[in-house]
Amino acid sequence: MSAPVLQVQALKKHFPVTQGVIWSKVLGWVKAVDGITFSVPQGETLAIVGESGCGKTTTAKLILRLEEPTEGHVLVDGQDIHTLKGGALKSYRTTVQAVFQDPWSSLSPRMRVRDIVAEPLVINGDVASDIVKARVAEALDRVGLRPQQANLYPHEFSGGQRQRIAVASALVSNPKLIILDEPVSALDVSIRAQIMNLLVDLQKQYGVSYLLIAHHLATTRYMANEVAVMYLGKIVERARTKELFKSPLHPYTKALFSAALPAHPDVVREEIVLSGEVPSPINPPSGCRFHPRCAFAMPKCAQEEPKDLDMAPGHMVACHLY
Amino acid sequence: MPRTIGDVILDVDDLHTYCFTRWGTVKAVDGVSFVLREGEALGIVGESGCGKTMTSLSLLKLLPRPVARIVKGSIKLQGEDLVPKSEKEMRRIRGRRISMILQDPQTSLNPVFTIGNQLIEAIQIHHDERKRSLVRRAIDGLKQVRVAAPEQRVDDYPHQMSGGMKQRVVGAIAISCEPKIIIADEPTTSLDVTIQAQYLRLLREIQEATNLSLIFITHDFGIVAKMCDRVMVMYAGRVVESGPVRDIFNRPSHPYTQALLSSVPSMDEDVERLYSIGGQPPALWDLPLGCRFAARCAHAEDRCRQEYPPAVKVGQEHTASCWLAKGS
Repeated sequence: MSAPVLQVQALKKHFPVTQGVIWSKVLGWVKAVDGITFSVPQGETLAIVGESGCGKTTTAKLILRLEEPTEGHVLVDGQDIHTLKGGALKSYRTTVQAVFQDPWSSLSPRMRVRDIVAEPLVINGDVASDIVKARVAEALDRVGLRPQQANLYPHEFSGGQRQRIAVASALVSNPKLIILDEPVSALDVSIRAQIMNLLVDLQKQYGVSYLLIAHHLATTRYMANEVAVMYLGKIVERARTKELFKSPLHPYTKALFSAALPAHPDVVREEIVLSGEVPSPINPPSGCRFHPRCAFAMPKCAQEEPKDLDMAPGHMVACHLY
Repeated sequence: MPRTIGDVILDVDDLHTYCFTRWGTVKAVDGVSFVLREGEALGIVGESGCGKTMTSLSLLKLLPRPVARIVKGSIKLQGEDLVPKSEKEMRRIRGRRISMILQDPQTSLNPVFTIGNQLIEAIQIHHDERKRSLVRRAIDGLKQVRVAAPEQRVDDYPHQMSGGMKQRVVGAIAISCEPKIIIADEPTTSLDVTIQAQYLRLLREIQEATNLSLIFITHDFGIVAKMCDRVMVMYAGRVVESGPVRDIFNRPSHPYTQALLSSVPSMDEDVERLYSIGGQPPALWDLPLGCRFAARCAHAEDRCRQEYPPAVKVGQEHTASCWLAKGS
């Protein structure tokens, strides 16, 4: 394993809940991300899984520097990105790119494909126009689009091709890390495999790292080297993909896995149906945040927050059962 | 209580629904036949644009007018053909005998009315009763879909509820008039996995309690594997394969079904590389002469491009429309 491209250290992001417009007072805090630590090595994929509201998108925004953290650090190549300014910040923006879920809304309908793909270069770098042109052609080629298609507009493409354009735009500045926010869930079933294979191939060829945000567990199993399970702003379990799918430890991970739909009618899963819904992150439960829904909750779980335990090399779990 | 699969309740024969647009005729549903039995769950699987939603809208005659029309075929509900029925007659059937659950509860509930109001609206059409007893029925409906504290929740507006709760309310509206058939069009795609599991379990329980017939419209083979007894795979307006769920998963006979099944990653085993189907489905206004999947099929022969294959029986109740399928 090589040096980590991305290191996230005890990262926290709390949003204030306010009342009033001018003399607003803070009523409480939404603890969207509450102390998470992980790292992504070069050329690998880390997946963050969890239900809506668990903080996975806020984490992505913090890494893209679209939000400032309340506490903690995000290091890319050893540099704390939230201290960057001016030129250094611009060059940082070229090293981290993102591909979003819905290629119908993530591509501007008024721009030609070549301008969409070129944008990361034009905005962040001082790149001569003939070099831009060459790099755009190269990026389109990498994702399997023809150079003639550069002059078309997004509406002339199908969903799968649009997502290819989004990937080309993310690749053009030769980033070290690409954040994939549900990259295939808006696409048709027969197209999903095309895009997943493309992303896997590009990673093998260019050694780019991915931070994959997904709720579809099978996608995660196919694409990721390591998986982090988030619940209400915390990472409850983190392990290599094989290890995690073979022996999930945290009750929440187990419940999440048991809720996944089977791939075959004969696959019978142990049914752990979680009662209720994810509690509000404004007033998260005390102790272990999962305890009100957990089948194995003990009195201790309501009082004490569990520590991160290393159960096996690289297998972290935060639960009082272990 | 285990479900008993009874008599045929819905018999769709050679249904053709076309959309007449400025650019040409879109053959959205082009000769679809199937039967649904009492207490059975049927899955209709396919990609967007394969005609699965148009099929379900045809069953309720909720097609966008004046663009789309049923041009041929029959839809027999307990022996009664729905195709010639007037709008007035259809209103007695919708909700009461066939009902629907749509994909996104955010848009299928009206944000300016309380959920009680919306439940009552559905019940009122079929039950001429006083306000108080309608409210009672609405509360019972919420109880049936396990909404906690239904007496208080009837007065809530949709925005006060979570996505999973809203979808339960939509379910309550769908079952409020005790229909025989519910069509669920991608009922859980907007829900989280754990909420999806809760919802599917609830649908199963309701089905077992009332011996309801369900039609799942989906692109997710996982829902089919978990919920359905029989599957129908659609491609470009036609049924390419149909059969009992285990047969389809164990012995898929149409290359499209095979390709779809092998392009889905599995949670239970490692897959070295996913199979990916190249190309796009054909445009529905400009369909090829022969098999519609031929252009993307790895096994296509000359005959496939010239002549549409007939449905071949490949097993008990299992048919596939492919020249390469071996009959049994």
